[in-house]
Amino acid sequence: MIPGVEALLWGVAALMITAVLAVTLSRRSTATGLIYLITLAVCGFLLGIALWCLVLRPTDVTSTTLPVGLPWIGAHFRLDALSAFFLVVVNLGGALSSLYGLGYGRHESAPHRVLPFFPAFLAGMNLVVMADDAFTFLLSWEFMSLASWALVIAHHREPANTRAGYIYLVMASFGTLALLLAFGLLAGPAGNYTFEVMRASSPPAPLIATIVLILMLLGAGSKAGLVPLHVWLPLAHPAAPSHVSALMSGVMTKVAVYGFIRVLFDLLGPPTWWSSVVVLVLGSATAVLGILYALMESDLKRLLAYSTIENIGIIFVSLGLALAFQANGMGWPAALALTAALFHALNHSFFKSLLFFGAGAVLSATGERNMEKLGGLIHRMPVTSFVFLVGCVAISALPPFNGFASEWLIFQAILLSPDLPQWGLKVLVPAAGGMLALSAALVAACFVKAFGITFLGRPRSEAVDRAHEVDRYSLTAMAALAALCLLAGILPGFVIDGLSPVTQALIGGRMPTQISQPWLSIVPIAESRSSYNGLLVFVFITISASIAVYVIHRFASHELRRGPAWGCGFPDMPPDAQYTATSFAQPIRRVFGTFAFRAKETVKMTPPGDISPARLDVETHDVIWEALYDPITGWLEYATLKLNRLQFLTIRRYLTLVFGSLVTLLLVVALWL
Amino acid sequence: MFLVLLLAPLLTGFVRKMKARLLRRQGPSMVQPYRDLLRLMRKEVVLADNASWLFRVTPYLIFAATWVAAALVPTFATGLTFSWTADLIAIVALLGSARFFLALAGMDVGTGFGGIGSSREVMIASLAEPAMLLIAFSLALVAGATQLSTVAAFMTSSAVGLRVSLGMALIALVMVAIAENARIPVDNPATHLELTMVHEAMVLEYSGRHLAMIEFASFLKLLLYMSLIACVFLPWGLVTVGSGPEAYAVGLVTYVGKLLIGGVLLAFFETAIAKMRVFRVPDFLGAALMLALLGTLLLFVSRSL
Repeated sequence: MIPGVEALLWGVAALMITAVLAVTLSRRSTATGLIYLITLAVCGFLLGIALWCLVLRPTDVTSTTLPVGLPWIGAHFRLDALSAFFLVVVNLGGALSSLYGLGYGRHESAPHRVLPFFPAFLAGMNLVVMADDAFTFLLSWEFMSLASWALVIAHHREPANTRAGYIYLVMASFGTLALLLAFGLLAGPAGNYTFEVMRASSPPAPLIATIVLILMLLGAGSKAGLVPLHVWLPLAHPAAPSHVSALMSGVMTKVAVYGFIRVLFDLLGPPTWWSSVVVLVLGSATAVLGILYALMESDLKRLLAYSTIENIGIIFVSLGLALAFQANGMGWPAALALTAALFHALNHSFFKSLLFFGAGAVLSATGERNMEKLGGLIHRMPVTSFVFLVGCVAISALPPFNGFASEWLIFQAILLSPDLPQWGLKVLVPAAGGMLALSAALVAACFVKAFGITFLGRPRSEAVDRAHEVDRYSLTAMAALAALCLLAGILPGFVIDGLSPVTQALIGGRMPTQISQPWLSIVPIAESRSSYNGLLVFVFITISASIAVYVIHRFASHELRRGPAWGCGFPDMPPDAQYTATSFAQPIRRVFGTFAFRAKETVKMTPPGDISPARLDVETHDVIWEALYDPITGWLEYATLKLNRLQFLTIRRYLTLVFGSLVTLLLVVALWL
Repeated sequence: MFLVLLLAPLLTGFVRKMKARLLRRQGPSMVQPYRDLLRLMRKEVVLADNASWLFRVTPYLIFAATWVAAALVPTFATGLTFSWTADLIAIVALLGSARFFLALAGMDVGTGFGGIGSSREVMIASLAEPAMLLIAFSLALVAGATQLSTVAAFMTSSAVGLRVSLGMALIALVMVAIAENARIPVDNPATHLELTMVHEAMVLEYSGRHLAMIEFASFLKLLLYMSLIACVFLPWGLVTVGSGPEAYAVGLVTYVGKLLIGGVLLAFFETAIAKMRVFRVPDFLGAALMLALLGTLLLFVSRSL
């Protein structure tokens, strides 16, 4: 049997059975190990099949119909190159999260709230990626959302988590509603719910296409975390247990990106150029705002969640470029931009999972997520700090790691855009490029802060003194991801070639084959124009560092003395005198925050002779929440209060109401037809 | 690759000498930086009690990343053997790596100075790096490549002409170079006053061979930026592949001449201007960013005219 979509569905079924099994077993002490072991095995199996399909049989498309779901439709599933790529992302993340969970799950106080939903969540994500009709897609999407919601409120006794769960639920329902309407429009009056028919039918009218684009941005964008629909993300992702946070940030946002790509590039027909404008503007705003929020944050997991928003922005900018090129019939620039987007999605799933695992390790070792109470962990947790550092370097887009390779491709795509004929794009694309460059620099600042405050310096609380290195399973999972970050960074050619069937199927163009390039460098266009060789950069840095070390240790003095740090004549400075996360971000807050957060600092100096301490108060506003969500909740509250009166009418009035609405509806029907 | 190593301390020594002469001081000898490096290497290292492994590894990493970046910039000849390894964007990112680790090292010991230096450094970098990338965009759009050898070859050809965007890019690049190398008016390489230092505050805890590595890296960085400006905006005298040895000799002499001019200009500029307050620096760099963006925008828009 050729492994294809059937084998994958068996795997998903196994995940579902595991979920049911977990319900029955979860009170037992052995359940944690057993469930995560099973999910690890199943995800490994699914990953193997997806990789096999993507690498060896990239052009094969297998599909199947199961007799479940709506009676006259059934549930359609299909596996093509795009699905296979996202299945790789989902199951790689799933497998490593399970491995991490083997160790991390032991610290779980309420395993019966986590174990049943974890396999279900994985199954939901797999199903979304394989779904081939609107009904199955939406059902799986909702299943994925609800399973993750259950995981978000796993620790429901903390008030912040229930609030996060509530906002997540509202935003997820809103997103699904938008998707439902989008698919309704795509299906048209004839009700062609299968993607097969949508793909084959003639492209919809421009107005319909616009509405579908907007609805997709609302639906998939709210799940992915596009500004201004991101508000639930920094609340919900950190609330879940850390390996689930890694899945939500690293993988579920990618499933949302998959939904967007599937509809925009596959189902909707050829794009118009201004649709790319909307995507570019939203993407670049998301990138810069996301990372500015992250810089202001002092909760480690929330910082990571905000940085997810930033990465989603980068992916969407790249997708917008792909749309712009495709709208103008420029095949291979579009392929370059789409490859860059997919590559960055893969990379982000690597390093964001790694960073969330690291944050989870810190959390389980110290019980703290607040960076202001951490510090000096590099001495207590050397391995964790090393792999976390790898993650920080990778996410900051520094060579030779993977984040740089994908951002480099995006910059190359931007440099191709002066050839676009539209003036709007000519002005917009360099601005978007500038925003990307700005966000890339801010990311580095943000992760200097994240690593520096958490792992370096001196301990800021006693919790750190009790910290110790985490278990081997967690460390293995993190080390595997760190190795993947380096591998994808020094051998990007293999990943790009692996992605070429995806772009070939969606755009009809592909990037030139990279593996055949000498020295495994990547050359998107022509060698004289631009090339990058992560492997050689890595080798060069290693060689020159080795030369430096050799020369120094051969010729320089070996003496070493430990002494107290220089404190300007004040010995034994308390750890509170160190820079904190907030003070580290102060210069950037002053430069960017006055505009983006209406940040204000007030210093209260005491009069001479008074010995009470001076005070510095910092005031920041979440502008988007205040400008968009507060009014909406205000109106809703007003409307519900007014409508509440309808609950207390007499029976005559209710009857009148029913009668009136019936007449109105009949009138509408009569006038319409 | 080894040429840059030899020349870098000399350039810094020359700039220091020029600055001293402009202030009518005698000034140290031009080979003083070499002596400083040797002296530092012979001294013992004093590590703070709670310094971690990262603190000890960082100097070598910074040195290696800066050296690789400097070796990838064409100095007096185009067509370096490995120039296709990394383009201008990658060089910018390599310097970014060096700064990333330096900022981390500043926070390792957990003193106020390290923190102040790191947090200001990342603030400066958060504006200087995008400006630098946008300059790279302008150059790439003019020359049709981000590969430095190609850019330099294009600049030597007659196809360039005088362009507004290039002028803007040049000004922006000079401003970025001043900020990146911690020169006046952004930072003062000679200061040891706590409130004003940025780069010096981060490396305050370093001593001995570690400090030598970091100092060497900053010498290299100065040379890198000067070579970059020289190779892109003053490409005359660059030797192309396949020329005879005499051409290489001429190229080398021209290159040293360019460095001398650059050094004199830098010293003159630094003497003539006062250091800025830290929170005026964003204005300075914001101007560089806007100039670079304007240059890029002009190129995008003018492509179809």
